[in-house]
Amino acid sequence: MAATASALGQLAALPAPRHYEDNPATRDRAWVKWGVIGVSLAFFAGFLLLPLATVFIEALRRGWSVYLAAIVEPDALAAVRLTVLAAAVALPLNLVFGVAAAWAVAKFEFRGKQFLISLIDLPFSVSPVVAGLVYVLIFGAQGWFGTWFIDNDLKVVFAVPGIVLATVFVTVPFIARELIPLMQAQGKEEEEAAIVLGASGWQTFRHVTLPNIRWGLLYGVVLCNARAMGEFGAVSVVSGHIRGLTNTMPLQIEILYNEYQFAAAFAVASLLALLALLTLVLKTFIEWRAALAAREQREEEAQ
Amino acid sequence: MSIEVHHIRKQFGSFTALDDVSLDFPSGELVALLGPSGCGKTTLLRIIAGLEQADSGRVILEGSDASATHVRERQVGFVFQHYALFRHMSVFDNVAFGLRVKPRAERPSEDAIRRKVTDLLKLVQLDWLADRFPSQLSGGQRQRIALARALAVEPRVLLLDEPFGALDAKVRKELRRWLRKLHDELHITSIFVTHDQEEALEVADRVVVMNRGQVEQIGSPEAVWHAPATPFVYSFLGSVNRFHGHADAGALQIDAQRIAHDADEPLAAGAEVIAFARPHELDIDTDLSVLEGLRARVTRIQAFGLTARIELERNDLEDTVHHHEVELPLDRLVALQLSVGREVRLTPSRLKVFAEPAANLAA
Amino acid sequence: MATLAHKPFRVLPGFRLTLGYTLLYLSLLVLIPLSAVFIKTASGGWEHFWNSISSPRVLASFGLSFGASLAAAAINSVFGLLLAWSLVRYRFPGRKLVDSLVDLPFALPTAVAGIALTAIYAPKGWIGSLAASHDIRIAFTPWGVLIALIFIGLPFVVRTVQPVLEDLEVELEEAAASLGAARWQIFRHVIFPTLLPALLTGFALAFARAVGEYGSVIFIAGNIPLVSEIAPLMIVTKLEQFDYAGATSIAAVMLVVSFVLLLIINSLQAWSARRIGRSA
Repeated sequence: MAATASALGQLAALPAPRHYEDNPATRDRAWVKWGVIGVSLAFFAGFLLLPLATVFIEALRRGWSVYLAAIVEPDALAAVRLTVLAAAVALPLNLVFGVAAAWAVAKFEFRGKQFLISLIDLPFSVSPVVAGLVYVLIFGAQGWFGTWFIDNDLKVVFAVPGIVLATVFVTVPFIARELIPLMQAQGKEEEEAAIVLGASGWQTFRHVTLPNIRWGLLYGVVLCNARAMGEFGAVSVVSGHIRGLTNTMPLQIEILYNEYQFAAAFAVASLLALLALLTLVLKTFIEWRAALAAREQREEEAQ
Repeated sequence: MSIEVHHIRKQFGSFTALDDVSLDFPSGELVALLGPSGCGKTTLLRIIAGLEQADSGRVILEGSDASATHVRERQVGFVFQHYALFRHMSVFDNVAFGLRVKPRAERPSEDAIRRKVTDLLKLVQLDWLADRFPSQLSGGQRQRIALARALAVEPRVLLLDEPFGALDAKVRKELRRWLRKLHDELHITSIFVTHDQEEALEVADRVVVMNRGQVEQIGSPEAVWHAPATPFVYSFLGSVNRFHGHADAGALQIDAQRIAHDADEPLAAGAEVIAFARPHELDIDTDLSVLEGLRARVTRIQAFGLTARIELERNDLEDTVHHHEVELPLDRLVALQLSVGREVRLTPSRLKVFAEPAANLAA
Repeated sequence: MATLAHKPFRVLPGFRLTLGYTLLYLSLLVLIPLSAVFIKTASGGWEHFWNSISSPRVLASFGLSFGASLAAAAINSVFGLLLAWSLVRYRFPGRKLVDSLVDLPFALPTAVAGIALTAIYAPKGWIGSLAASHDIRIAFTPWGVLIALIFIGLPFVVRTVQPVLEDLEVELEEAAASLGAARWQIFRHVIFPTLLPALLTGFALAFARAVGEYGSVIFIAGNIPLVSEIAPLMIVTKLEQFDYAGATSIAAVMLVVSFVLLLIINSLQAWSARRIGRSA
């Protein structure tokens, strides 16, 4: 995810759109062009479009009534609730973390900054299964604090808190990754100007920094939410798979699928696929807005 | 309000930005900090503002030590090089910002803010742009809005970092005059940083020439131009001809040739010296029978404008080529009947001599 | 040098607060939990660790995970480059739609992708039945693993190569063309060397993601011991058998691989930034 996470930050540096095909030096021959487009689109359609279409086709294979029944089924609804809950906890936590980390990294100089940025990225490179495992090791019955939690009748692993923790873990970097390059590119002159004019730290953040990073923030939130709601591996390890209690939507899909209730599995999956499409729409919209702002900025500098 | 800085030192890693700088900025003056990039002038300005902290030394504002005062409480107006306008706020909101963030008890009413901002926008002659956003303004307009925003909080001093640096030549000239006029109206103690000598000399009451973290000269524009105190100031301001040689009883011995000079202080005979003469302080003589002066060869003649520019080359004993430039009135050029390739003598009407080795000759 | 008589202040506030919070948050949620893996592994002893990771079934799973991940990343490098090239260089109907949908594997939950791919490639699925008629099985074999890993890795290559391609100065190609280079020579000698660091970064990112991938793989893999079990699945299997030490040993190996990959990716990105003349 690290690759795209900073995409918005890169937009500011993008040059104005060019027309490569109008320039004899960059124009490819027609057969090269259509050959490349043909091969790459076939690959794209086969590996990306086909699975997406399959979700909806399979979900509706047995008709709308079966589809609707699968979605309003109590266990499915419980899964939706738990998924929303996990995201609702992970988002604000990682939002505050992301803003704090980006403020420290982008506005100040300190030793080990590059290392800190790598640390923030770490959850991206850890297998989700390992992410789940670490919480089992700490809070599980044989874990470090396991006995203490059991003595106090608190369940973390194989219960809702574990699911929330695992979700937070895998989504830690999203918002920070988005904000750091953005705020580094913006520098700190505007903030300094605000302080010279007598603004307090909070006023500076609220009236100067926040408006400047709002699209990047939203972008990070959208991506973070998609991952929080869709996480499977990490959550699977800590969940214990108790139907109606510790199943998120992706886990519910797994259970239904393994019970050969394909239509129901795909019905729940189609909800997540819709969420994914919505995410992409929002993402495209924010990129478009940011590109617009970047273009204005360029015109401004060109004056 | 007066500003004093005492023994300011600032180090960035192994780079010394400011090396024991002490300066005095009298109340109401417009002072230019002039120097090449990296000379420490912007660092000094940011230290006075409180945006940067000196490693040692003190900043005294109106007689009281402000070194420990946070930039927020220093009541300075700072105009950033790239203006740092808040891009998501209208021009009006930008100028009003400093008033709106005041604590509730000190904050003027929204009505009073409106009046004040309108007055300031009139002062910078941009009241018709109040609803625009920074991205819709030209560079010169942005500069003036940045100034209006800084003035809104009634700062005790105004600090400007390369105020005309990002503008094109024509706007730059216009704004220069405008800033001078504005200062004459407001009389607020102002310091601006620039690397452009013309800008400093034209706008400022006083000029502080800086190099390598040290102050080279302080004085009126006339003084620094006509009587540069150090070799650096000589080479930095305007074009200049430079001669290396030995002192010899009221004259300068260069290779086997002699030129007269009027050194202020006696120089030990035989001491290594460096001498400067402006292009208009050199004359050309075509009579080669006289020994006084330096032999040189004309390489180029530009005879347009009020004066003619003549470029010459001189070979010394080691066969190194030195380039010289002379400015002559057009009638003098005609009288001399110069042509490219002609051998002539250079005779300075005025020559400023400094003893070598000076630490800061490089320029 | 004289020292300051007063306490130094920072112009912008909040440095200690934000940095402190960042470090605390990372420590509590990420660093301390991850360290549990190594502490647990160490407490089990070297011999136990070695026995856990050298059993044939675990070794087979490592082999499949790394092998299939390498193959998927390589395939994605080729087709991802073509796709990025199409998106940047050509105008064609639907270009913007394709551009937005490239990120689908990031947005689509892995479990959803997993069951969809299985439905397509299972012997009764659209492509699976086609292959079955030629006696080829895709789902529930290592081929299925490969397909799932291609799916999740594609955007990494496209999205690292694309911005570099967009940043590429047209003047370079104009200069090369004016010097008489043919189109292929320009690509080979001017464009490709500039893209290479980004392409390698994309490859490494896709590989890193594929090694740890779980959700999209386990449905289509069939999870046949010694044949189509991936390493993350082995961790889950050991956990279900309450073999915590065994699970942790495998996790430790995977974590070390992750760290090394992170290090490689960081240096590749720094190299890439240098190559295209941007400060990292």
